Amino acid sequence: MNVELSILLTAVSVAIGCSLVGTLLVLRRMSLISDAISHSVLLGIVLAFLATRDLNSPWLLLGAAAVGVLTVVLIQLLLGTRRLREDSAIGLVFPLLFSIGVILITRMAGDVHLDSDAVLLGELGFVWMDTASLLGLELPRSFLLSSAVLLANLLFVVLCYKELKLSIFDAGLAASLGFSPLLLHYLLVSLVSVTAVASFDAVGSILMVALMIAPPAAAWLLSRSLAQMLGWSALLASLSAVGGYYLAVRIDSNIAGCIAASCGICFLLCWLLAPERGLVSRWLQQAEQRLLFPAQMLAVHIANHEGRPEEPVECHSGNIAEHMHWQQQFADEVVAYARQHRMLREQEGILRLTEEGRGIAEKLMLHG
Amino acid sequence: MDALTALLSDFTVRTVMLGCALLGFTAGALGVFALLRRQSLLGDAISHAALPGVAIAFLLSGSRDPLVLVLGALASGWLGTLLVSAITRSTRLREDSALGIVLSVFFGVGLVILVIVNRLPTAGKAGLSTFLFGNASTMLTRDVWTICLLGLACLCCLALFWKEFKLISFDPQFAASTGLPERMLDTTLTTLIVLAIVIGLQAVGVVLMSALVVAPAAAARQFSDKLLNVVLLGGLFGALSGIGGAMLSASVEKLPTGPVIVVLASVLTLLAILLAPHRGLLPDWLRHLASRRRIETRRILQALYRLVESDPDPFRPHDPNALHAVGLKTARSTLAVMVDLGWVEYSGERGWVRLTAEGWEEARRSIGGELPA
Repeated sequence: MNVELSILLTAVSVAIGCSLVGTLLVLRRMSLISDAISHSVLLGIVLAFLATRDLNSPWLLLGAAAVGVLTVVLIQLLLGTRRLREDSAIGLVFPLLFSIGVILITRMAGDVHLDSDAVLLGELGFVWMDTASLLGLELPRSFLLSSAVLLANLLFVVLCYKELKLSIFDAGLAASLGFSPLLLHYLLVSLVSVTAVASFDAVGSILMVALMIAPPAAAWLLSRSLAQMLGWSALLASLSAVGGYYLAVRIDSNIAGCIAASCGICFLLCWLLAPERGLVSRWLQQAEQRLLFPAQMLAVHIANHEGRPEEPVECHSGNIAEHMHWQQQFADEVVAYARQHRMLREQEGILRLTEEGRGIAEKLMLHG
Repeated sequence: MDALTALLSDFTVRTVMLGCALLGFTAGALGVFALLRRQSLLGDAISHAALPGVAIAFLLSGSRDPLVLVLGALASGWLGTLLVSAITRSTRLREDSALGIVLSVFFGVGLVILVIVNRLPTAGKAGLSTFLFGNASTMLTRDVWTICLLGLACLCCLALFWKEFKLISFDPQFAASTGLPERMLDTTLTTLIVLAIVIGLQAVGVVLMSALVVAPAAAARQFSDKLLNVVLLGGLFGALSGIGGAMLSASVEKLPTGPVIVVLASVLTLLAILLAPHRGLLPDWLRHLASRRRIETRRILQALYRLVESDPDPFRPHDPNALHAVGLKTARSTLAVMVDLGWVEYSGERGWVRLTAEGWEEARRSIGGELPA
């Protein structure tokens, strides 16, 4: 299998695997748990390595994942003492575990091929060098591992979809219906840990955080349901992975860093351009409403005085500013807007509603 | 002791220790505000977000002057915090996601720039690993000067706006209603926290610097409810961890300074949570036990009194099992305490108990409070 394809396949499978559990983390306000776990699994990897003395042992994966879960347990324990708030508890636990990991690595440095830089940054560029064969195909080991994790995450999301949805959007109801919130919580945490370990040697911990949070966050701005959000975040994560790879090739820099950067770009674009919730569409909406609301008020005003003796005064186009308490310039703008949208027309200097304008005014007065 | 004297007389070690102490003090003192404002994890995000700033500052200036790098880090850390608040204000995303995005994306971008910087022929290897894990043992005098200068500036600013910062940390609405420029003060305080973090990056590294903001402050919080005390204690704990870490790693081979500082600070915090006089878990538990025992003593006293209330002989012995029967579960161990107090004594070989004159008096008094005379 060629180098480029190996790297791309691995990157995409890591990206999708991360984005699935990431979506749940973002929705459950646990985003930073991914940061904590991605750091503390370092200790798990070191400890498991010390026990097995084999970097390819499956125990490495399990040991590291166990420390990931332990991180969350410790955070919960600290919270249980009620002496610390959640942010401090997280900020206390994972640096401690991480530091112990770094100290252990430094102490054994030299006799082990395990260095903390590689662990934090990963080396996606070298995944093709370490392969294993499956069904007669020579595939990169990282790819196999990350697709297994992707499969596990996918299974979790599909099988527990209803329960997850309920526990995210109405935790109280979920608990009262008998779904154990703790069980789901720890299942999710375990999956995040396993994902963290599996992504570790391929992409490193920081990139993992980027893939777990940025695409789901961007997807949240685009979607209206959990299924949509999962789909969007998988798509955005894969796009970022592929885009990041080509960016890295182009500027000849670190692949993991470039993927994180393209996750950022992806998020930025969604933040700016998302339909309805993006900054641009909200600005446009606000600009529209700046004139829409006053024009509607004007329509109501005219409807109130229509056919009455005061109409020639109240609805005269020259008096609008005074009667509506508007600046003259603003009043002109509103009248122009209303005429442009065919809400009113002018007859001998007096503003009159069109059929459409009367409809709008009546609807507003009815609801008012 | 000789080893200690030798250690202290070593100029390099002294420099490193001084630097770490100053660093710890500043981070510990300002960390208290981060803790109170629930911004502990902001430190984590900022320290990661500072990387592109460091890389760009190095790229533009070509120098490794700590002041230049700190300014770069400050700029990008600050941009990061601005983005976090912009994201939380303008989208439905919550702060945790905003922090995570800024943290990881900025770090990724920084990494990309750093790789490019390191390829330049002029690069004197602005090692990434230094940035990640810090390298306190190579701290130079000019690094200590920079830390000293910026740390003091931070602390002076803190002292200058003490009242205002206190107010916006505890009651921002009230602060705004009294006409204080709340947004500006908020930004200033955040900037100070950012500064406290970035000055330590070179020495302690990214992950560990964020810990130095959280841990000493969390430890100090357990000891007092007064802001001044907590801030001073936070600074003290930070400085102690710094000194301890520097000394340990200087005297033991292959022991990286940054992680050791973090482990010390964290252990200190855990001890504080366990043992602090008022808020500590252990004293709390002991108080709980003591008050339970006090209540049980009263109940046993009253139960024994009722048994002999209408008895012509108020000192008639009774079977302690009668106490079990009315639900006094730990009666036996409490009885031992009451014997020590002289309120109760055992009589006969069956192990029955009876009130002493003193106990009878005490019981009557304690019941007198409940029954109409």
